[in-house]
Amino acid sequence: MGVIAVAGLTRITGWVFDVVSELQKRANPVKPPLLDILAPSSLAEALSLLSEHGDAAMPLAGGQSLVPLLNFRLSRPDILVDLNRIANLAYIKDVGDQIAIGAMTRERAIEESDLVRQVSPLLQEATTQIAHLPIRSRGTIGGSLANADPAAEYPAVVLALECEIVVQSVRGERRIKAADFFEDILTTALAPDELLTEITVPKAPVGSGSAFVEIARRHGDYALAGVAAQITFANGAPTDVRLAVCGAGTTASRLTVAEEIIQRYGVGAEAIKAASDAAAASVDPMSDLHASADYRRRLAGVMTSQAVEKAAQRAGVRS
Amino acid sequence: MKAPRSVSLTVNGDALSGDASPRMLFSDFLRDVLGKTGTHVGCEHGVCGACTVIVDGVAVRSCLMFAVQAEGADVKTVEGLADGDELHPLQKLFSEHRALQCGYCTPGMLMIAIDLVNSSDSLSEQDIKVGMSAALCRCTGYEGIIKAVAAYAEQVHGKPIKRENDNG
Amino acid sequence: MVDTMPSYIGRSVVRREDNRLLKGAGTFVGDMKLEGMVHVAIVRSQQAHARINSVDLEAARNADGVVLALAGAELKDVLPPISGMQVAAPKGWRDGMDPHIEIPDQTLVPYDKLRYVGEPYALVVAGDRYMAEDAAELIEGDFEPLPPVANAEVALDAEALVHDHLPGNIAATLHAKKGDGEAALATAPHRLKRRYFHHRYAAMPMECRGVVAEYDSRTDSITVWSSTQVVHWVRREVANALGMPEDRVRVVAPDVGGGFGGKGHVYPEDILIAYLAKRLGRPVKWLEDRHEHLLNAAHSRDNLFDIEVGYDDDGRISVVKNYFLVDSGAYSPVGAAIAGNSIAHFMGPYDIPHYEADCKVMMTNRTPNAPYRGAGRPEVAFAMERSIDLIANELGLDPAEVRFRNMIQPEQMPYAVGLPYRDGVMIEYDSGDYPEALRKALDGIGGLDAFRARQKEALADGRYLGLGLGCYVEGTGIGPFEGATVKIDSSGKVMVATGACPQGQGHETAFAQVAADIWNVDIDDVVVTLADTSHVTMGYGTIASRSAVTASGAIKDSSDKVKEKVFAIAANVLEASESDLELRGGSVGVIGVPEMSMTLKEVARAALPGWIHQRPEGIEAGLEGTAYYEPPTVTWAYAANAAILEIDAQTGVVKIENYVEVHDAGTLINPGIADGQVKGGLVQGIGGGLFEELSYDEHGQLMTGSFMDYLLPTASDVPPINVIHTETPSPRNSFGFKGLGEGGAIAPPVVIANAVCDALKSFGAEINSTPVRAEQILNILDAGVAAAE
Repeated sequence: MGVIAVAGLTRITGWVFDVVSELQKRANPVKPPLLDILAPSSLAEALSLLSEHGDAAMPLAGGQSLVPLLNFRLSRPDILVDLNRIANLAYIKDVGDQIAIGAMTRERAIEESDLVRQVSPLLQEATTQIAHLPIRSRGTIGGSLANADPAAEYPAVVLALECEIVVQSVRGERRIKAADFFEDILTTALAPDELLTEITVPKAPVGSGSAFVEIARRHGDYALAGVAAQITFANGAPTDVRLAVCGAGTTASRLTVAEEIIQRYGVGAEAIKAASDAAAASVDPMSDLHASADYRRRLAGVMTSQAVEKAAQRAGVRS
Repeated sequence: MKAPRSVSLTVNGDALSGDASPRMLFSDFLRDVLGKTGTHVGCEHGVCGACTVIVDGVAVRSCLMFAVQAEGADVKTVEGLADGDELHPLQKLFSEHRALQCGYCTPGMLMIAIDLVNSSDSLSEQDIKVGMSAALCRCTGYEGIIKAVAAYAEQVHGKPIKRENDNG
Repeated sequence: MVDTMPSYIGRSVVRREDNRLLKGAGTFVGDMKLEGMVHVAIVRSQQAHARINSVDLEAARNADGVVLALAGAELKDVLPPISGMQVAAPKGWRDGMDPHIEIPDQTLVPYDKLRYVGEPYALVVAGDRYMAEDAAELIEGDFEPLPPVANAEVALDAEALVHDHLPGNIAATLHAKKGDGEAALATAPHRLKRRYFHHRYAAMPMECRGVVAEYDSRTDSITVWSSTQVVHWVRREVANALGMPEDRVRVVAPDVGGGFGGKGHVYPEDILIAYLAKRLGRPVKWLEDRHEHLLNAAHSRDNLFDIEVGYDDDGRISVVKNYFLVDSGAYSPVGAAIAGNSIAHFMGPYDIPHYEADCKVMMTNRTPNAPYRGAGRPEVAFAMERSIDLIANELGLDPAEVRFRNMIQPEQMPYAVGLPYRDGVMIEYDSGDYPEALRKALDGIGGLDAFRARQKEALADGRYLGLGLGCYVEGTGIGPFEGATVKIDSSGKVMVATGACPQGQGHETAFAQVAADIWNVDIDDVVVTLADTSHVTMGYGTIASRSAVTASGAIKDSSDKVKEKVFAIAANVLEASESDLELRGGSVGVIGVPEMSMTLKEVARAALPGWIHQRPEGIEAGLEGTAYYEPPTVTWAYAANAAILEIDAQTGVVKIENYVEVHDAGTLINPGIADGQVKGGLVQGIGGGLFEELSYDEHGQLMTGSFMDYLLPTASDVPPINVIHTETPSPRNSFGFKGLGEGGAIAPPVVIANAVCDALKSFGAEINSTPVRAEQILNILDAGVAAAE
């Protein structure tokens, strides 16, 4: 996949334009196109607005990826349905062996949540690595997942943790497994009239360790490669290995071969090396200005070994 | 309904209102409608951080928010830091540590630093470097900024920050 | 009675700019709001090279809120191009550089063809920027794509011509010689031949450019507020384009959010916005957005060198041949000036008997290339300092040792280089101890031997540590002149105005320090006005590390004129001899007689015109003087850099552990400000060495048009930096000042490249281009490891 620029723009978010966009016309704008913003106060109202306006409308969550696209006029919705005034879409709840997180929960709230820190350290650690503090002040977990940027942290986390994504529309509610949610670059299983409303995150099992590691050209940039790991151990041996990668393909994805290697051979240096090589071999990254596909592949492997080592250490299995 | 509508909010403790069309960015509303030009605009795609202001207690990019979304918000901008002629402690530290040259990034840097320090009870030098990487400065090379924010954190937290060359 | 004031020069006085900037109370161009003001959006080329068939403005003209829409054709016969872009070429320079210069004129808004992505071809004026952008989208252009001239290397043989009248796409050639290069190469015991590439990056101030203009029909005058480093130059071009006397054009640079050279010349928008304000009879504002800035504000660097060096068994360099191409983009806003800098600075602090340089300034379908912090010096420092490291490797010597062996010794000062500077004067380094600077830099990183031992130990553990060195000299304080006007009115305040145009350098403070010392007054009694053509008749501006030297000189010379009157009048009033008078703490008094004195306020009142003045016969009324300081030639700042870095063997990522620059800019006015200038420059250099890149594809399309892709260094990317200032005064001005604004940015790219190569020396690695990429480093490691297995 080649990189083609539109008047110098090759990317606004973590993805690279692969098709010359006709959306940005002859000017080089930085002000959004003419649009309306509707700010429903209830979910029901929001769903009916999305249903009513169809393709003309687009939901606006934290806006940290969408607004830059609007400013460059690379996205031109007629109506933004602003979700920020809907009560009861921002929460972190303890629901037995899971936590339920409302889609409009700010990344910052997740980062600062004691509950998240206790029951899903992977989610907490990944959150601290998203962009920068002011972006996390407004960015939401639902917005990030629905945006499905392949270089973003959350898709890898929800894949690794096998979260469930709750979506609603006037037609009713669906619960989608994370594994079924991400379809392609910036493309999810969400229908145009559907809203992502909740994410359920299984609590980290006793005996597990986790780590989220990523590498970017500068701190806060979209990852060239990042790996989420959560490994459960019993008597020093892995019983459940979850590894997911971001930045190294058209979507975040599980590193299944690497998982199997760790599961079978443990977390010794040789096994980790083998898992790292397997991870590198299994990804299919893009080349862009910041890294070639080969380098990203290499980094996916390096991040895999670092994530596994850290997770094992945190579980008390490696020193 | 793409017509302008009235937006009412609190800025630095003052109840203010002004008209904004739905697409107007909050940064433009602050600067052009409310005349709060202390908040600067450096990229309008959320990267440079010059436009950072505090909305309902947290630092946000005002170029990534619409004015109409600020209805009812409690906003703090750089104009609200000093008490008359008396500079805010962080402003004094910025001058003392030469944390500004052209001053264009400064308002955003100040607002980020205030949020960073006030939302934590302990920061290391590395935390400050990472936290302040939320905005770009082209003049200073950051050393003065990092020192000023570290000194401010020490004032606010009442203890020395942990430095890279500390042992342990 | 008042005591004599202590000297302000040399003290880190708190900046008077800080208070307003910290409170958000500064005024940048973007902050200006004038009654009835309209806003401009400029429509820019998305193609590198295309013939303009037609531009349809109809739909835009009918759009909401649109006041005016124009394309190049409408302006063709109205506004002349910016011409004469070659900065003055004095005879001495022409004699030594053999210049052949045909720098093309720059049409403000082209009507025939487009030459780079980002070049304007139409504009819209509307009630606000949003509406202007809406209308701009409706402008339909019919363009016929032309084959792009993608870079300087292909430009020579390209069939396509960026400018039809420039065959081979050559805008300028320069050729300079010292000694006999050919003969010296032929007899040199060893030769090194290399190609080096220094990539394209740019100033990237946090405030983009912007212009506001307001026309006053009563006086037929116009005021232009521009975020520029050169208000007087802007005034000249606006006056010329609009056919107005310069006196009726006032140009002001209010608070300017960084410049670093990128705002150091006249841009089409400076003139266009003034034209629109006059044509429409209402204030007009244009603010460049970041996207436009990346496409359209001047880029810099982008040079390709083919170098040959001759040296002996001891590493003594006898000759350098320097053949290079400058990719100047579609225009060259300061002509061949950068190339001239490159030629003049190549040999740096080294004593090299033979030198030959041959340069071509190439036109390509890229954004115009203009000076940016360093301006031709980082490029040649890269070529020279890489070459020294390679020679050291060839001979098995330490790179530091080869530098010491080649350096000009302090007893050789002043040292004649054998080439002319841009001001036409033969270069003579004025003062300094270059080897001492390098010794101090090595001490700063903990000592050479200690590092080599540590490096060896680390390598045994599979860790790659490297030491990078980089030395340079920099001609600063260049003329041709700077203007200043000094006045003392009946308030008794010393009012100083100069043509300097600060962009964050703290000039208001620094020049207040200089003037306070000249007048022996409290610094609070000095009022400084800068960057406003209405206060100084002729001025030059703040570029090329010049203002500390040139504006201070102008303040001194104009003060001297006023002082003559002050002493004459005070002598008259105090009934004393002028030669017995001194300035002390805001007064003029008789030396040794504390009670016999009068304040400057009293002198100013005595100087007033009218019936009750107290001027002696022949002394004109008023305390006001203007002078234009024309420096004899440049002053020579210099520096030695040393940095230690470690390479992550897994990722190839470089971590700079410690960066030291020993910098000498003569006497420092305000050491705190000076330190900030050098450190800020160093971080820009580190950005250029590792992150920043204006990258083009083979079609001439810019690939880095946003801050998502153009990566500036952030707070977490900055290593510990130690700047050690030494102060060897320049003998060329009474203060001992040298300039220092650019220096920091010169060395880091080559220091980083040298350090990486030093770390990977066992693999015979060479990194001869910038930026230095982690991926490239990892490839070297891989190849090295594979070879070892």
